[in-house]
Amino acid sequence: MRIELNVNGTLHEIEVEPRTTLLDCLRDLLDLKGAHAGCEHGVCGACTVLFDGVAVRSCLMFAAQAAGTPITTIEGVTPGPGELSPIQDAFCETHGTQCGYCTPAMVLVAHALLADNPEPTRDQIVEAISGNICRCTGYAQIVEAIALAAERMRGANRPRSLSK
Amino acid sequence: MKAAPFEYSRAADIDEACAWLAADDSARVIAGGQTLVPMMVMRLARPTRLIDINRIAALSYIRNDGDGVAIGATTRQCVVERDALVAAQVPLLARAIPNIGHAATRARGTIGGSLANADPAAELPLIAITLDAVLSYRAGEETAEIPAREFFIGPMITTLPAGGCLTGVRFSVWQGEKIGVGFHEVNARRSDFAFVSAAAQVELGADGKCKRIAIGVGAATDFPMRLDSAEQQLTGSTLDAKEVDAAVREALADIDALADLHASAEYRRRAAINLASRAVADAVSHAQGKKAQRNADAH
Repeated sequence: MRIELNVNGTLHEIEVEPRTTLLDCLRDLLDLKGAHAGCEHGVCGACTVLFDGVAVRSCLMFAAQAAGTPITTIEGVTPGPGELSPIQDAFCETHGTQCGYCTPAMVLVAHALLADNPEPTRDQIVEAISGNICRCTGYAQIVEAIALAAERMRGANRPRSLSK
Repeated sequence: MKAAPFEYSRAADIDEACAWLAADDSARVIAGGQTLVPMMVMRLARPTRLIDINRIAALSYIRNDGDGVAIGATTRQCVVERDALVAAQVPLLARAIPNIGHAATRARGTIGGSLANADPAAELPLIAITLDAVLSYRAGEETAEIPAREFFIGPMITTLPAGGCLTGVRFSVWQGEKIGVGFHEVNARRSDFAFVSAAAQVELGADGKCKRIAIGVGAATDFPMRLDSAEQQLTGSTLDAKEVDAAVREALADIDALADLHASAEYRRRAAINLASRAVADAVSHAQGKKAQRNADAH
């Protein structure tokens, strides 16, 4: 079947089987390899994308169901070519990336969290990433990265007189 | 991990969905898909056609229709989680929802989908049974309602007729000044399937005694159960810890508890007694205006 997908602000008209998951469609048809195929049944969280701004599992949705809704993948969060988003930057600085397998999903979950709650507590960060497995078990640095990114994003575009 | 081939149809309204369902015995409705899709990729489910009801706007709502808080079948769990009406009028539901899966699955998972799926360990069937919710469905041209206690009859088995499509659920609202709720579950990891869960809602009278109580236990048996005998014994009592423990223990003495690799029947029975007692204790504190306890059932 023919569908139109809106991914990272670009419309793609593609031919998919009804059984093609959104994940396989992103990876194999649109060559966006940032969404990782981990368990492929909704347990690991590595395939997370933003569906209308909300973090969802792309392996638990068929591409045909996603037609017409804006989708953001890790490839869509950078401000420009060769640049990193503040969250990606914070992951680098705190060594939150480890092997990198869970990272795109962790970054997207952090994007969704910080868009909704610019000042999350540690518990809220832990809760937000609780659906994403890091097999390196480097959760401490991931939590640190998200807290650092939150702090920087809150500080951006604020007059110095208001900064702590 | 790829699903077997199927046809995909997106229904514009409930009439269309029901017509398609009636036309094909092997067709299945897909709502949030957070259980159905894993079952399909593991080839435990092989529907010939998926009927997508996600875009039927009339199935997504939360409103008090006079008889209670009615929630449309495709209303997302994350929407109910944040809804002010639900928090105010069906606090037990609001209390239980954060325990369903993870934020990313609640973003897609629906109220009706979880109820229709009838997993013994799922939170929503437990809350529906505890609060005597009424489910509504369409089958062909017919619209019907069914009480939650008559809906769930086995693990992943309901009395929804073949070709039927769940359309909504209505939770009754307890009126009263002092209403409190409690919910507890144990699982291996945060938000995993519960080994045992328990929910309680109480109403205290002006004298502080129990005016009304509902206690439910999930994941321990083939489908969630109500502790009717305990509720009868405890109504009118002061709900002190000993009394509650004895009543709950008696109600759970003869249950045919599920057993698997992770939790034996004996463990489930024991955990059910403890969690149900804790849920009642939390509900009493909550009704007395003390701060609600967060779920802290880690081993």
